[in-house]
Amino acid sequence: MIKFENVVKRFGRRTVLDDISFEVVKGEVFVIVGPSGTGKSVALKHMVRLLSPTSGTVWLNDVAVSRADGLELQQAREQFGYLFQGGALLGWMTVAENVALPLEEKTAMSQEEIARRVAEVLEMVGLEDDGDKLPSEISGGMQKRAGLARAIVCNPDIVLYDEPTSGLDPVTSRTIDRLIKHLNTTLGVTSIVVTHDLHSALSIGHRIAMLHGGKVIEIAPPEEFIKSTHPEVIQFLEAQFITKTWRKDINV
Amino acid sequence: MITRDPIDVPYTTNPLLSLWYTVAVGAQDVGRATLLIVQSLAGVRRLFSKRGRPAFVEQLYTVGIASLPLITIVALFIGMILALQTGLELRRFNQEIFIGSAVMVSMLREMGPLMSALILTACVGSAMAAQIGTMTVNDEIAALEMLAIDPVRFLMTPRIWALVIMTPLLSFYTCVVGVIGGGVVGYTQLNIQWVQYFDIAIDFARERDLYVGLLKAVIYGIVIAGVACYEGFTAAQGAVGVGRATRSSVVKSFLLILILGYFVTRGFYNG
Ligand SMILES: Nc1ncnc2c1ncn2[C@@H]1O[C@H](COP(=O)(O)OP(=O)(O)OP(=O)(O)O)[C@@H](O)[C@H]1O
Ligand SMILES: [Mg+2]
Repeated sequence: MIKFENVVKRFGRRTVLDDISFEVVKGEVFVIVGPSGTGKSVALKHMVRLLSPTSGTVWLNDVAVSRADGLELQQAREQFGYLFQGGALLGWMTVAENVALPLEEKTAMSQEEIARRVAEVLEMVGLEDDGDKLPSEISGGMQKRAGLARAIVCNPDIVLYDEPTSGLDPVTSRTIDRLIKHLNTTLGVTSIVVTHDLHSALSIGHRIAMLHGGKVIEIAPPEEFIKSTHPEVIQFLEAQFITKTWRKDINV
Repeated sequence: MITRDPIDVPYTTNPLLSLWYTVAVGAQDVGRATLLIVQSLAGVRRLFSKRGRPAFVEQLYTVGIASLPLITIVALFIGMILALQTGLELRRFNQEIFIGSAVMVSMLREMGPLMSALILTACVGSAMAAQIGTMTVNDEIAALEMLAIDPVRFLMTPRIWALVIMTPLLSFYTCVVGVIGGGVVGYTQLNIQWVQYFDIAIDFARERDLYVGLLKAVIYGIVIAGVACYEGFTAAQGAVGVGRATRSSVVKSFLLILILGYFVTRGFYNG
């Protein structure tokens, strides 16, 4: 569904993505892990041409997103919901207004329908009581959940989650994991999740890719990922106390 | 979005090539900023829609009212300084009663638009660059794009039109306050009667000077908003990027205002 073909991205003299190729299949939860600063967010932005590759191509089905423009790009982007790493809420609008923004600008829904839909997604992310607060009045974790609500409010086919659970407490993290899984299984939302949290990666992901030094060094389903022999992968697993005996025992 | 993608500067150690890239990137910057200005001005219809109007009114207020106290003080003192300097000079020839004309003409032609533009750059343009730069760095602009909301029309159109409308008004206001300031100096320092001062001042006011001054103010308004928004939209990573965008927007606006001001003057008053 989304295919990276020899994608290279340089910022000035820094190569962030170094000849990356992989494919995300429709309907799967594809998790990208990797140390800070390896270009996970940059890779995600390439999927909707918020950044363009220095060379190589990003495909969405048979559209070359990395070269798309105008209407073609807009149509491609409309299939996506995007949770940005920092939430990216507009500071002068309340949480509910932020979440309602795509509905108001894009759809012909009535005010009541919009209000109902907004209340529904805010409840899904556990912010039902915070709709009329400004982003500056809520915590970072809440901002992130509000961003998540905005990303899914239009029922997109594909959702890009940039660190959906970082900065959240463990209990809320599992709630968000469950939400991602729920959207995936009930609505068939193709999900691409960038995370540092291996527990959530292993429990929600169908496949896990590890990015290191600008390269994809491992792509495998969770059961195989934890058995990987790659030194970087092993180091990454051990840092989070995950050994080869880790079982998928979290109920999501 | 193409107008706001960061420009990739290829890395090179060759000094000639690197100079060439600098020039090429500079030219590209100018071109893209111009395009951005045209796009944002073309979005004027949004200002009258139900969803666009509140943002526009807010910008009119921010630009027009918020900088008023500072503009008043600066205009008053500019007028007073002009009157004092020319008055002392003219007194040597017993012609000090003509300070009204000197103050009026220099305010209308140059000082009114220039002073209001410089103040708007410092007060309003810098804040614009910082705000939009912060939004860029926090991915808020990217988020708008993902929601199929054009950031140029959503953010820049109300700002640039607010400046296009408010800069001439403030420039006119600056002239009025400046001339009054000149009158105060004339009355207190040079023994010129109010009536005499204003008679001569108004006698020497030419419509043409007023129109050229207002035209300049409109150009300055476009420059201030154009530079501030372009710098904001192209801000690089992090707080450093926002700081750099803000500084660079003030510097570039200042220079462009002075340079364009000179050429407009030359265009209208040659020979
Ligand atoms: N617009 C940009 N201009 C210049 N450099 C950039 C830009 N965006 C990202 N980078 C650089 O690319 C590198 C990768 O950044 P990225 O945000 O993708 O990291 P990440 O893997 O998401 O890390 P984290 O886990 O901390 O979010 C960083 O070193 C960053 O400085
Ligand atoms: Mg990131």
